[in-house]
Amino acid sequence: MPPITELIVNGTRQRVEAEPETPLLSVLRDDLGLTGTKYGCGEGQCGACTVLIDGVAARSCITRLSSAAGKRVTTIEGIAAHGGLAPIQEAFLRAGAMQCGFCTAGMIVASAGLLARSPNATEEEIRQSLEGNVCRCGTYPRIVAAVRMATRMKLAAHREEARHA
Amino acid sequence: MLDRREFLTAIGGGVAVLVAPGAADAQRGEALPQDLSAWLHIGKDGIVTAYTGKVEAGQGIRTSLAQAVAEELRTPLASVRLVMGDTDLTPFDMGTFGSRTTPTMAPQLRRAAATGRELLVDLAAKRWNTERAGLRAEAGKITKAGESISYGELADGQELIRTIPPDIALTPAKEWKVAGTPAPKADARAIVTGQHQYPSDITRPGMLYGKVVRPPSFRAKLDSVDGSKAEALAGVKVVRDGDFLGVVAPHPRVAERAAALVEARWSEAPGQPSSAELFGYLKQHASAEERAPAERGSLEKGLAQADVRLKQTYTVAYIAHCPLETRAAVAEWNDGRLTVWTGTQRPFGVRGELAAKFGIPEDRVHVIMPDTGAGYGGKHSGDAAVEAARLAKAADKPVKLVWTRQEEFTWAYFRPSGVIEVESGATRTGLITAWDFRNINSGGAGIQMAYEVPNHRMTFQPSETPLRQGSYRALAATANHFARETHIDELAHEIRMDPLEFRLRNTHDPRFRAVLTAAAERFGWGKRKAPVGHGFGIAAGWEKGGYVATCAEVAIEESKVRVRHVVAAFECGAIVNPDNLRNQVEGAVIMGLGGALFEAIEFQDGRILNGRLAKYRVPRFSDVPAIETVLLDRKDLPSSGAGECPIVGIAPAVGNAIFEAAGARLRSLPLAPKGLPA
Repeated sequence: MPPITELIVNGTRQRVEAEPETPLLSVLRDDLGLTGTKYGCGEGQCGACTVLIDGVAARSCITRLSSAAGKRVTTIEGIAAHGGLAPIQEAFLRAGAMQCGFCTAGMIVASAGLLARSPNATEEEIRQSLEGNVCRCGTYPRIVAAVRMATRMKLAAHREEARHA
Repeated sequence: MLDRREFLTAIGGGVAVLVAPGAADAQRGEALPQDLSAWLHIGKDGIVTAYTGKVEAGQGIRTSLAQAVAEELRTPLASVRLVMGDTDLTPFDMGTFGSRTTPTMAPQLRRAAATGRELLVDLAAKRWNTERAGLRAEAGKITKAGESISYGELADGQELIRTIPPDIALTPAKEWKVAGTPAPKADARAIVTGQHQYPSDITRPGMLYGKVVRPPSFRAKLDSVDGSKAEALAGVKVVRDGDFLGVVAPHPRVAERAAALVEARWSEAPGQPSSAELFGYLKQHASAEERAPAERGSLEKGLAQADVRLKQTYTVAYIAHCPLETRAAVAEWNDGRLTVWTGTQRPFGVRGELAAKFGIPEDRVHVIMPDTGAGYGGKHSGDAAVEAARLAKAADKPVKLVWTRQEEFTWAYFRPSGVIEVESGATRTGLITAWDFRNINSGGAGIQMAYEVPNHRMTFQPSETPLRQGSYRALAATANHFARETHIDELAHEIRMDPLEFRLRNTHDPRFRAVLTAAAERFGWGKRKAPVGHGFGIAAGWEKGGYVATCAEVAIEESKVRVRHVVAAFECGAIVNPDNLRNQVEGAVIMGLGGALFEAIEFQDGRILNGRLAKYRVPRFSDVPAIETVLLDRKDLPSSGAGECPIVGIAPAVGNAIFEAAGARLRSLPLAPKGLPA
């Protein structure tokens, strides 16, 4: 029997029975039924499978299950608190930053990782940080616009919080 | 397929609109399906459901068709749903390609919606026992002075069917209120939350997972198989059927492991041509048959009148569509009936493929197309659907099959490669007197031009293709525009005339001139000089009812080509959704940059050499220039599709800009896969 690995996915403790070298993407999609994370290339080249591991963006298709053991994994399904929309999701909607949408989950999660470490990311930082994510439909300018919009939304939300504090 | 009565029973009554026998798209003379399936249903909840065999693959048609329906029905956009690409529920459709949805399906759904609206007016008149004349349909209600009744209330308890009258009037674009506005993408919320179920996300109870064991090279024959090691894994079955070899397993990872354990011996086909010898091969194997030659005047005479004559050859490589969602299918057999969920642009075509493959009537095959992760012309065939169905039949369980990226790069089909030979002549005053244009292999789309040349000949000759080839966004229009617009630029330079002026001198087509002028104005063409190491290029085209002109600025940095700035002016008649249209134009420019600059499939001995995303470069964030889109809205013209035409201008515009920047005339796509040649 394969060993059991424990990890925390979208805030829920999960026990997964799989070989340690199993790609995290397969665990998420095939064992936990979290299909929002997409398979695009299987070699870390397209970013469709991006998740956050302890808040840092990672390619789940080339991340072994063992290296996620005991860590917090966040997928597109867990990016927003309480079933609403995270600012970055709201921004993608407002900017119309998609066509087929197959890259969108990876783009949003990668952007969330960027905004967590750099809330005021510049356009250049956004482009550089998302360079590993492919949108074959070519909606890149809209994605940049969406992430920039999210930085402003976060800023506005912070100001609002500060006003009420 | 359900009949009318069963259909109404199945959807719980209400009001339905069907196609009128003999109805056809008068404008295009294109026959629409004559069967009795419904186009539109209005339920007692006021929800309007429109049915179409077209599919959504990212081009935004689910949204813009809903806008057309909401417009004619005078109902809020939020109350309109579309059932798309389901062979049991939607009327027959040839497929989603050729930019045909907007010019043919939108008017059809408009006619259905207008018929529904008139039916609702009739129902209200009857209920109120009044004349129709004083009644108005608006905001999902029929109103008369001081009173209104909702569509839902009118439909409640009805089981009414009306066919579309041939003379039903449609709302002119000038009066549009819902169409013509930037409605956001339908189902976008499901996409940003990861809830949308793409074909590769579909699951069925008791489903197994399939994997195809591929041959080492194209055209290989399967000699023998030892599946014993694979079948030693719990729940694994090896399936062999002629040269088809695959496994089914209870879990995708087990299927992968099992496929690797299958020991197969193949006989490979020797002597397959390689990409290095491709263009010579295409020329050698060109058929004598010339398709759709367009001929006028005398080339001999035209060349004799010319002050300058030019003869050049242009080539385009095979490229891959590389939709981010690979081919995927779930197949399920029940009592000899087959249901398949798959990502395809031709659900009815795939139904036909499946019926033929298994020797069963088409009415025993049901194909469902959940909105898929893109197609770009690459998902016409039902490869994954057929494979999943073969495995499901052998396993007697539903089977899911998702191609790997490497399979997608190898076993799908490619945009055709081609060789294009052009001979021309022009006067020093800037008139093209002769135009001889021959496309070998890549196709005839876009071979006709907006330039008026008295002596011309345009032909397409098919050839033998070393790789499997098929449709790709805009078909051969990209290749033909690349060759034509590059050659036009060469001619302009030969006679020392500004390339924009040269183009305008040779066409009277007002729509062509309008996009050229609009792009040039926005770009500042002729108003400024390119800085050292930079160059400007212009190109224009006309395809699938739309007109595009593209200006590009490139910078050469240590032999690397960087596209800095692009202006695309586009006109496709009356604009249905300006925001989605901008998205399509920008996307086409960016996708087109890949084929223009660096995408090419390399192959040898029946193997793809760069069939992985690590080896096949597609445009990324860092490749994207500043893009300005100028949309010309012609409310006086019917709407054309917009997914294809805007891609044709970018490659020649970039190539022409490289010439200005570096003096190098590049005549092969991709232009600079490894930077400029030394």
